[in-house]
Amino acid sequence: MSAPFVLEARGVVKYFGAVCALDGAQLQLADGEILALLGDNGAGKSTLIKCLTGVHRPDAGEIRVDGARLTMKSAADARAAGIETVYQDLALFDNLSPTQNFFAGREQVSGARLLGRLAVLRKRSMHAETLVALDRLGVRIPQDAATVGLMSGGQRQGIAVARAAAFAGRVVILDEPTAALGLRESRAVLDIVKRLPEQGISVILISHNLDHVTEVADRAVVMRRGRVVGEAVPSDETHEQLVGLIVNG
Amino acid sequence: MAILIVLFAVMTLLSSVFFTERNLQNLVMQTSVIAVLAVGQLLVIVTRGIDISVGSILGLSTITGGLAFGTAWGGSAVATILIMAGTGLAVGAVNGIAYVYGRMPNPLIITLATLGIARGLALIISGGDSVVGMPGLVVDLGSGLVGPVPWAGVFLLVVAGAASFLTRQTQWGAWIYAVGGNPEAAARVGMPVRRVLVSVYCLSGVCAGLAAVLVAGRTDSGFPQAGQLSELDAIAAVIIGGASILGGRGTVSGAVVGAFIIGTIRNGLNLLDVDPNWQLVTVGVVVALAVELDVIRAALERRFQAVQAGRGSAGASA
Ligand SMILES: Nc1ncnc2c1ncn2[C@@H]1O[C@H](COP(=O)(O)OP(=O)(O)OP(=O)(O)O)[C@@H](O)[C@H]1O
Ligand SMILES: [Mg+2]
Repeated sequence: MSAPFVLEARGVVKYFGAVCALDGAQLQLADGEILALLGDNGAGKSTLIKCLTGVHRPDAGEIRVDGARLTMKSAADARAAGIETVYQDLALFDNLSPTQNFFAGREQVSGARLLGRLAVLRKRSMHAETLVALDRLGVRIPQDAATVGLMSGGQRQGIAVARAAAFAGRVVILDEPTAALGLRESRAVLDIVKRLPEQGISVILISHNLDHVTEVADRAVVMRRGRVVGEAVPSDETHEQLVGLIVNG
Repeated sequence: MAILIVLFAVMTLLSSVFFTERNLQNLVMQTSVIAVLAVGQLLVIVTRGIDISVGSILGLSTITGGLAFGTAWGGSAVATILIMAGTGLAVGAVNGIAYVYGRMPNPLIITLATLGIARGLALIISGGDSVVGMPGLVVDLGSGLVGPVPWAGVFLLVVAGAASFLTRQTQWGAWIYAVGGNPEAAARVGMPVRRVLVSVYCLSGVCAGLAAVLVAGRTDSGFPQAGQLSELDAIAAVIIGGASILGGRGTVSGAVVGAFIIGTIRNGLNLLDVDPNWQLVTVGVVVALAVELDVIRAALERRFQAVQAGRGSAGASA
């Protein structure tokens, strides 16, 4: 038998009231793979990854990590399993600095055992590590940036992706990371994504941009009406086939 | 800070009494009360909340402290102070727990409710009369001097210093700014958002209890009307001090400076023999203006952000 998949969804069903967002979705992510997730608006892509990352609890079906079934109660469970996500709605803290954003929720502290939540922040160390992580992925931000709220879309996305990459043990999931970006900024984010497998990280990339998908993804699966309806290795030859799947299922 | 210096200069010109040792000591004693309340209020406002019950908590705490001092077990100064702070903690905990776990849409109504409840309880258990007599240490804190400096100012420095350290240097401090800036993202990255929220209302209550120590000490008594409308001063101080009512932004030192601006305005209007009711009007107007400025600033920032993002993509495609 071959190695188990890093991350797998089996028959996942999710309703929002009467709306069926996922209708038995299947997804398999292999080790070191960059998998593109395609589909028209409302196909269920975001909902599927929210089920994979503990944000939503599926009504039926199961999530497996390294072949073992995992029931996640919150996003923290997914993170503990080495899965980091950059959501479509970014989820940065506009009022905080890049470093504070980077370490939000997992601040480095001294004296945690004695002081608990009042443990003292290790600001310098966090700042230095943030700069290293951003640099490693080629994310450039203004030197003395006070808060990320005033940064450009590309810089913000760069911080979000770098944060996910820095803390993910196994999988980074990106929901339309280039949607709001210009050409050059998209370029920078794609370059970051391409480098992730070198660090032992598998990727799920949601995108509406087939050129981007063709450039970085090893495999593309297409969703429609809450189900995966087909897949292909993205290339210029399969371009039309993928478009057909997206539009007609 | 610049505003404060200008205010000081103007008042010195307008009133010969203003820049005298006596009056400045008086100013520090009065303002320390506002500033201690403002420190607690800052924590709440940073998390996008508001606590309008602090004036009533202050009043209730002077009564519980005063009554406890009359009994054998509450006789020591430390016990009296602990009872005042504890009273604040108790009401603050009610605020926080009811707001968060009662799933109330905002903290305004619950703190309005405890504004009524705490004031009512203060009047009931005191029978409407003041409770005369406070422990020596409390009196010293409220009205005593170390050299030329009022103990109240030292007390404020300790409270503000502790709060400043907690907000700037600890993990909890990082979390209150994160929760205020983006509560959903805070929950997603695994911060205990609910407990963080409860904690700030508890601390705001404690600060109100500590402010009660200063008020009770200055008058050597507890009285049920103490602190009436001082929530207005506290909120004004925080907003003038640069915090955003939209959450995620503001510093302890800013709130203290804001308190001194409010305190100086009040003190100055007093010296100029302006009807005290006009002080209330003035502070009210200042609050309204400061909030509007904050809203305008946020709008400008959003526009700037949009321009930045636009420039990023335009520059790339050009
Ligand atoms: N929290 C929610 N409550 C109610 N309905 C929802 C919710 N989230 C998603 N839906 C519905 O579920 C369906 C799938 O939405 P989803 O966001 O997963 O689509 P998507 O493939 O990510 O689309 P897009 O490309 O526009 O991001 C849609 O009909 C959407 O309206
Ligand atoms: Mg989506």
